[in-house]
Amino acid sequence: MLLVLAFGLGLAAFTPGVAQAAGEAVAGTLQTSKSGPIEGVEVVVETPDGDEIDTVKTDENGRWSVDVPAPGDYVVSIDPDDLPDGVTLSGEPARTVTVAEGRRQPVNLGLEDGSRGAGGGGVRAVQLLVDGLRFGLLIAMCAVGLSLIFGTTGLTNFAHGELVTIGAIIAWYINVEGGVPLIPATIIAMIAGAGVGALNELGIWRPLRARGTGLVAALVVSIGLSLALRYLILIVYGGRSNPYADYQSQRAVDYGLFNLTNRALFSILISIVVLVLVALMLQRTKIGKAMRAVADNRDLAASSGINVNRVVMVVWMMGGSLAALGGVLLGLSDQVQWDMGFRLLLLMFAGVTLGGLGTAYGALVGSLVVGVFVQMSTLVIPDDMKYVGGLLLLIVILVIRPQGILGSRARIG
Amino acid sequence: MGELLDAFQIALKAALGFQAIFFALLAIGINVQFGYTGLLNFGQIAFAMLGGFGIAISVTQWGLPFWVGVLVGLAAAVVLALLLGLPTLRLRADYLAIATIAAAEGLRLLFRSVSATPVTGGTRGLAAFNRDFVALAPWETSKRYTLLGTSWSGAELWVGLVGWTIVALSCVLVFLLMRSPWGRVVKSVREDEDAVRSLGKNVYVYKMQALVLGGVFGALGGMVYAVGTGSAIPDQYQNAGTFLAYAALILGGAARVLGPVVGAMLLLFILQFADTGLRTLINNGVIPEGLLTATDVAAIRFVLVGIGLMLLLVFRPQGIFGDRREVMLDAR
Repeated sequence: MLLVLAFGLGLAAFTPGVAQAAGEAVAGTLQTSKSGPIEGVEVVVETPDGDEIDTVKTDENGRWSVDVPAPGDYVVSIDPDDLPDGVTLSGEPARTVTVAEGRRQPVNLGLEDGSRGAGGGGVRAVQLLVDGLRFGLLIAMCAVGLSLIFGTTGLTNFAHGELVTIGAIIAWYINVEGGVPLIPATIIAMIAGAGVGALNELGIWRPLRARGTGLVAALVVSIGLSLALRYLILIVYGGRSNPYADYQSQRAVDYGLFNLTNRALFSILISIVVLVLVALMLQRTKIGKAMRAVADNRDLAASSGINVNRVVMVVWMMGGSLAALGGVLLGLSDQVQWDMGFRLLLLMFAGVTLGGLGTAYGALVGSLVVGVFVQMSTLVIPDDMKYVGGLLLLIVILVIRPQGILGSRARIG
Repeated sequence: MGELLDAFQIALKAALGFQAIFFALLAIGINVQFGYTGLLNFGQIAFAMLGGFGIAISVTQWGLPFWVGVLVGLAAAVVLALLLGLPTLRLRADYLAIATIAAAEGLRLLFRSVSATPVTGGTRGLAAFNRDFVALAPWETSKRYTLLGTSWSGAELWVGLVGWTIVALSCVLVFLLMRSPWGRVVKSVREDEDAVRSLGKNVYVYKMQALVLGGVFGALGGMVYAVGTGSAIPDQYQNAGTFLAYAALILGGAARVLGPVVGAMLLLFILQFADTGLRTLINNGVIPEGLLTATDVAAIRFVLVGIGLMLLLVFRPQGIFGDRREVMLDAR
């Protein structure tokens, strides 16, 4: 992509001895990602009054360095005509820097190589689209369980985000503390996630259904559960965010229109494979058909001989294990944090609502749209507000088409 | 024993301080929405944030007087209620729940974002906006006073007095409203929406009025909190705050005028007592360091609230004062 850069900091790290011996200096590197290091550009260093200290040319690595006599302000300028074709200055040709005593001051002169802005906007959009697809698939994987649980039991499960967190954290403990490679750790986490899902169903929701607890009461119970679990995780795991031990030092591979690390690529592939398997299961297998039947009409399903409790149990286990896998993939891209699941939960709700509450395929489509929308929105809004865009989308959907893309009118009451 | 007494006194102060007022007002608002009308507003904390920041932004950024700031905060809460209610009040209950919780989280993220920093102060928030209010206190605000064996600063007492007055007036208002024809309609919306519609009432409008009224109570609560802490920081208004208020309401008893007030005082008393008590036990070595550290204690309160909320809803959904038949527990 773009970038620019005069890596003064990098240079200082490469040649610390020189910097120490020479006293005060200004230094930098001229390079862009497209052109590589730029050689032979004249760099002039002057005092603010216009007295020239020195003029140097950048070397074959694009580096330059000028020793200055004393701490103080200096003006660093380059001649834009020296730059190769296609590379322009993004700002002023001169910069004033303040050099502190004994310090080698890095100078960043912003360069533009045309990969951003009018000509390169398409590339950034493609990059964001791919990131969005990865994120959307991840949301979809977590949300399928949420949507199926809603469909089969009517429960709006606010504690589903914690299933995501628990999966990610179990994998983290096995991977980092236990020293097991991430892939087996993930599989163990998925099994544990299925167990947590089953525990949810057996320990809380099945007894509550048997007691005849209403749906709103169940919803508030799930909020209580979410709150208790989230802060229990905070106590056990702590408030810091940690990476997994494996696959961290990958460089982005250039695919022409976009760059992708291998872990992001595999995250996309794994999500697609898993989601296709889920779809096949829903479509072809007996238990999948039973799930759709229960989601469609619980009483009718029960009276035609389907063991509803068993189906709900399988849905919980599947939801828990998919959420755990989603959590690991999220932890791989964003690190593992105690409230990662809760933050994802709201986007899951956005996806599920957009697709149509209670439909498995709706959750898939809706989550993809939400993921892409959240990432693509950074084209126009700042990065730290991208979740706001996703949540706004949710409210806009409710205005325009509350039943969602694939939902039926009858469900919205 | 002395330490236990100390913990008791600290907890007593918490049950009377501005935090209890904050949760009482939030819970009164939720009571109007959830207890009486059956609306699931899970974004009450957003109304509080708008109230607090309404004052903070008006005073520090726009240079307006304190009382204009109060009006700005209330107006913002009304607008938010209308915006949230318009699309969702025609839909089933859980849609409003999802939309409100999303709006609360979205607004918090918006307020703490870098782009909003010139207006909201970003993650550091705003401070120094309550001088006009504290100056109105009829007593010396810099001195400390002793009340019921606990020590209060003059400003704390003043915020407490005004805050509890607002709580009392709010309770009177809710009491009168719920005895009025309006209250009867709203309660029947909770019981059976279709029946009310068949009597020619516009259910949508009644729900909207309840949502706005509850939101205004929430904004008042946020104002008391912002004035009490002397600062408005976006991260003070986490979603967990809404659920604490729900816990307070359900503990006291939904659909009862005094339920949310008693619930909030009791909740804060329990939380503070548990907090201080646990810290004392850890410091004395009764609870080993490996099991629980002092930094974990702050998180424990949310675990307790979460578990308490679950147990209450399962075993005693009507709380202390409520009537089981009146507690709305079914989706529509």
